[in-house]
Amino acid sequence: MSELWEAFLQAIQLIVNLDREVVEIALRSLAISATAVIMASLVCIPVGGLIHFRNFQGKRVLINIIQTFYSVPTVCVGLFVFIFISRAGPLGGLGLLFTPTAVVIGQMVLITPILLGLTISALSGIDKAIKDSALSLGATEFQAIWTIIKEARFAVVAAFIMGFGRAISEVGAAMILGGNIRGYTRVLTTAISLETQKGELILALALGIILISLALVINVIVNFALQRY
Amino acid sequence: MVRKINYYLLTVVVLLSLLISFAGCVPGSNNEGASTTTFPVVAAKERFRIATTTSLYDTGLWYYLEPMFERKYNVEMDIVYAGTGIALEYGKRGDVDAVVVHDRAAEDKFIADGYGLNRRYFAYNYFLIAGPTSDPAGIKDMSPEDAFKKLAEEGKKNPAKVKFVSRGDNSGTHSKEKLIWAAAGFKYEDIQKSGPWYTEAGKGMGPCLLMANEEGAYILADISTFLAYKGKLNLIPLVEKGQIFLNVYAAIAINPEKIKTAKIQMANNFINWLISDEIQKVIGTYGVAEYGRPLFNPTSGGGCKQQGCPTVDEYSKPVQ
Repeated sequence: MSELWEAFLQAIQLIVNLDREVVEIALRSLAISATAVIMASLVCIPVGGLIHFRNFQGKRVLINIIQTFYSVPTVCVGLFVFIFISRAGPLGGLGLLFTPTAVVIGQMVLITPILLGLTISALSGIDKAIKDSALSLGATEFQAIWTIIKEARFAVVAAFIMGFGRAISEVGAAMILGGNIRGYTRVLTTAISLETQKGELILALALGIILISLALVINVIVNFALQRY
Repeated sequence: MVRKINYYLLTVVVLLSLLISFAGCVPGSNNEGASTTTFPVVAAKERFRIATTTSLYDTGLWYYLEPMFERKYNVEMDIVYAGTGIALEYGKRGDVDAVVVHDRAAEDKFIADGYGLNRRYFAYNYFLIAGPTSDPAGIKDMSPEDAFKKLAEEGKKNPAKVKFVSRGDNSGTHSKEKLIWAAAGFKYEDIQKSGPWYTEAGKGMGPCLLMANEEGAYILADISTFLAYKGKLNLIPLVEKGQIFLNVYAAIAINPEKIKTAKIQMANNFINWLISDEIQKVIGTYGVAEYGRPLFNPTSGGGCKQQGCPTVDEYSKPVQ
């Protein structure tokens, strides 16, 4: 138990002293995962809306598949993307492997099912009458989807936060695609993994506490914004 | 109908713009003169990437050497750590510009297959067998081969007391372990199947040492990582002498004829820099302050004299 307390103190110390390397790693984590979740949301939330709106054959099956992929192992996502962007792979020419961009792509792929699935669930909770009245008032399909998404914004934002949480906390894809290169692709989770490997358990735990604090700050900000608008 | 098409168009446009924005993020395509910090997706200097064996990484040697190389050649050095097996795989796939490994047989194949060239040896040390202070199998000061025989014998008889943690990850250390098993007269598959006394951890050297420590198990480790972790371990070195324990580290450039993107010039700079007098001296003193003795022996000066040691050309002739 004293070790936990020690880790907590060390986390506070790292935060208060603004340890340069730790701050850099934390900001990089934030930047990479925020980019991933924003870019993935730009695609997934409208597409999720579209899936919810349209009736087509195999819709249930598609939703089942999407929900199944909530539990895809992060390492597998990492390997899947690795095969594509390694120099020997089809997108090798872009030279993306072991760059922050690679980690962003991996995290986007990872959270796509969550964002799609939770958007669909969020919209399912909204009264169908809203869609019908929007359409009957002359809205285009896109406008109608937008109206519904606005109506379901709390649940949609919950999906967004869930996606961000999964992105910033995953280690498999970041390790395989970023390579945990110091000063370039090292993020909080890969740093935790390395420190654990080195036997620096207290420091590893302290970094974990910093990650959770970061997530807390983000959640508070997002929810605050949501209340106001 | 028109509406639908618009919607699809929109989706396609969004996807395309995402792809393009990714392409724009490729390092090297950015403007010159930006600050040297690489945050978040920006890179100004040339990047040079190596894959290095975990034992060199875990001892902190690269933390020490990296800034020196970066300053000298005005380059941003990216160090990916991986066991020798996966490091060579990265090399084959063209994902790194040079590899630093320690498995002569695997290196020879890598070079013969045309993936690597300009191999130079820049450091060596020795393996050791560490174990609990009580030494339940009684292997102290045996030869490595005899010690392995005894471990297998006692481990099969009494798996609760005598355990062995293997890297099990195709690393250079793992290859060495297989070599010793062969030299001791065992087939490695038989050892793998011989019971619960033998654990394949599938982790780096450091984590395996910590694991062996938790379980009170025996382990084959390189002396550098062992010394670097000593403060965290209750294990002691039990077998330290034997020809087979020699462990030589090599740097190999990736062949640009096979991998077009390989940065051969910088890789050659790197290899020549590693075998330069200046850096050899640094390697020979690294760790003295902290551990009371150097973690690695530099190859220059010809201190390595037994079978398996590199020739003078292999450690001192500059590459080009």
